[in-house]
Amino acid sequence: MDIGDTFELKVTPDRHLTVRYAGASGDFNPIHIDEEFAKQVGLPGRILHGLWTMAQVARAHTEALGGPDKLERLSVQFRGMGVMEEEVVVSGTVREMDSERAVVASEATQRGKRIIRNGEATIRL
Amino acid sequence: MAVNTDAIGKTYPKTVYAVGREKIKEYANAVGEHNPIHLDHDAARAAGFADVVAPPMFAVVYANAAILPGLFDPEVGIDFAHMVHGAQEFRWGPLVVAGDEITTTGTLTDVSERGGMGFYVFETESTNQRAETVCVGTWTNIVRTG
Repeated sequence: MDIGDTFELKVTPDRHLTVRYAGASGDFNPIHIDEEFAKQVGLPGRILHGLWTMAQVARAHTEALGGPDKLERLSVQFRGMGVMEEEVVVSGTVREMDSERAVVASEATQRGKRIIRNGEATIRL
Repeated sequence: MAVNTDAIGKTYPKTVYAVGREKIKEYANAVGEHNPIHLDHDAARAAGFADVVAPPMFAVVYANAAILPGLFDPEVGIDFAHMVHGAQEFRWGPLVVAGDEITTTGTLTDVSERGGMGFYVFETESTNQRAETVCVGTWTNIVRTG
């Protein structure tokens, strides 16, 4: 690993993803699983759980950089809303490194719009 | 509308979560993990773990219950219908595996107002049965105060 190295993860959530994630995570907020409710509160339809998208950012790091024990810290900001049946692209760049740790910047986009920004991770080397 | 900062520092009752093998597999499948240490207990054991390993973001499963009382606490006064999840940070210690028992304490660490929005920050600290800190979470929720 070197400063400037990049990695990418692409994943397209299918139309039932939020139902499976709601069950797996315990977050049953109806904006994620009930199309009519989501529209009633002014959303275009059911939206992705932000923490599912953050899990994709985390997975991009652990798959590219050597496993779950390497991830010491991950911080993100959520923006806009993620939707199903559109590809999510996670990208990361190694920004700093010393003998023990690396700092990685990341974001996640859908159709070029950021749904996670200012991602920053610390990786144990 | 001004936010109420009186509850800053308030800590909620500890929650205890028993980590199950099938729950880890269900979570790992829902977030698209491919690493067999999350999905196959034989593979996890062959890799030197006691059982399947929780992906780091499984922290949301064992820690979430510790902040729920704060989100609905009238003393904090979050307007839940207008709340969005603004930011999240996790810091991880030793990996969590099936069979672990995770105790989590949630605290309201900050309330502030900027640009007509209220910012409510909760921190969770989760420890395993050996009293090792496995995860510290910082959960920032934003409420439009209108």
